[in-house]
Amino acid sequence: MASLPASATAGRAAADAAEAARGPHPAAWLLAAVLLVLPAIASDFFLVQVFGWALILGTIALSLQFLAGYGGMVSLVQMTVAGVAGYMVAILGSSGLAQISLGWPFWLAVPVAILLAVLFGTLSGALAVRTEGIYTIMITLAIAAAFFYFTRQNETVFGGFLGFNGVRAPVFWGVDWRSPVPFYYLCLGWAVIAWGLVVWVVRAPFGLALQGIRDNARRMAALGFDVTAHRIAAYAFAAFLAAPAGILLTWLNGQIAPGTVGIGPVIDVLVIAVVGGLGRPIGPFIGALLYVLLRIFALDALVALGLSGQRFQLLIGLGFLVTVLFSPDGILGLWERWRRRWTGARGEGR
Amino acid sequence: MAVAIAERLQATGTVNALELRGVTKQFGALVALADVTLSVRPGERRAILGSNGAGKTTLLNCITGDFPPSSGTIRFFGEDVTGFPAHERIRRGLRRTYQISLLFGGLSVLDNVHLACLGVSRGRFSLLRPRRDDALLESARALVHAVHLDAVAEKKVAELAHGQQRQLEVALALAGAPRFLLFDEPAAGLSPAERADLVAILQGLPAHMGYVIIEHDMDVALRVVESVTLMHDGRIFKEGTPAEIEADPEVQELYLGHGRGG
Repeated sequence: MASLPASATAGRAAADAAEAARGPHPAAWLLAAVLLVLPAIASDFFLVQVFGWALILGTIALSLQFLAGYGGMVSLVQMTVAGVAGYMVAILGSSGLAQISLGWPFWLAVPVAILLAVLFGTLSGALAVRTEGIYTIMITLAIAAAFFYFTRQNETVFGGFLGFNGVRAPVFWGVDWRSPVPFYYLCLGWAVIAWGLVVWVVRAPFGLALQGIRDNARRMAALGFDVTAHRIAAYAFAAFLAAPAGILLTWLNGQIAPGTVGIGPVIDVLVIAVVGGLGRPIGPFIGALLYVLLRIFALDALVALGLSGQRFQLLIGLGFLVTVLFSPDGILGLWERWRRRWTGARGEGR
Repeated sequence: MAVAIAERLQATGTVNALELRGVTKQFGALVALADVTLSVRPGERRAILGSNGAGKTTLLNCITGDFPPSSGTIRFFGEDVTGFPAHERIRRGLRRTYQISLLFGGLSVLDNVHLACLGVSRGRFSLLRPRRDDALLESARALVHAVHLDAVAEKKVAELAHGQQRQLEVALALAGAPRFLLFDEPAAGLSPAERADLVAILQGLPAHMGYVIIEHDMDVALRVVESVTLMHDGRIFKEGTPAEIEADPEVQELYLGHGRGG
């Protein structure tokens, strides 16, 4: 698993550079247009429960894609970072648990929640970066599990087993930001910003150095780079991407509870990123959309087939298995191989 | 702090570029380096010779901080760097190349050199993309030119020929403002023409840049140095000028014998 991101993505940098020089693909413009006018076409349910949720999960998985694909660090703590931000916005802002929530206004609660989540992500990174490969996975999983059990047992601050209900998105400028269309644009907005930040940063010196560390940490030290500091900074950046998504997730559900940061969701983020493809920042969003569609419609499909609806996890697991079996670089990798074969065949035909 | 500044001031004068005192490195029961004491003047160019397993590469690894020595001290231009991590030594002007090229295969030649220039600059953590006329990029291009790789500057390193990768390895070590270099078998696997090229590059380095070179090819090693240290079983066995070493009967028997005879 640990060697997978490096080998799968090392060759991508040159292609990315070439693509950046050419400008966006026409399909990218089309996608942007569709996403922008979606509220005119899609029902409220699709807008929020399908696309909103997928954009949120995609952004959290993007923070993992950044660490794994460009930094060679498979971190399972990203869902937890998002969860910390979600919890903080419930604790600092207002919720149904009036005896715990401090009732700060959103413009104060949100930035502080993001800051605390980034701090948490950075500290987790500081613990994890001294390890490599499978041990990074283990230590980040341990942190995630510890946080899950902590929230379940701590009644005074984290609300224990039930967590926080009635966490509402703010209403300002005369807009209820939890109503379907504004909320969709909120999710889309942060997803696009996060995606753009990753695309930008990986070509900036910081991102270039991170990829150098992924390929060859020892050589980077011999070039004067502080490998540990760079890795920790990467965790901080990834946490900054995931934290607002965690707040959006809390607003989407109107609640946050230990189940949000349980081992299941933590693994799901990894599945989303790997199935989508760790090679490029768009991969996690593809994975997230697929995951959300499966979560919502596999149930109906299974029931229609006379099976128990509870088996949707089986479908997701099978999907994961099939993807990594046939394409270590996810759906993106499948697509690219298919495209290469197609253009190759066409080239020979001429 | 005051001490550090005094040490650095001293460094510009008479202090040795490299001074090793009693450096020992043990891997479990294996003694890879035994009590090595060695000093190299600024600007001096020295070859370290010895058979496989003599401890040459281990010595280089201890000097650059790839791993710490078990005991002993290492001073770089007068400053005690024994406890410093590798990147701190590099930022003080020490550079090295690796015996087996350690390059970034997924990145282009220019990106590789750009990274090397970044490593010793203050822009390491920059989130801004470089402009086309960026000073660091310019110096990276100049370095690519200096090692005769202009033609493949945009090519991915994994696609380069072995000889070109060795040249790139040298370019990475020359980035920034090196004060002292360590070359670990730079000629390994090069063709005769590429060897001549390498000799020209080494001889063309500015006079103030001293270096230590590990090299099995005597034709390369003895042409680019003014002094030689011979190692055997983790110890320093002999020191002298290239002529003295070549003439020494003991040396000929022990080390040069096979190479020259064959």
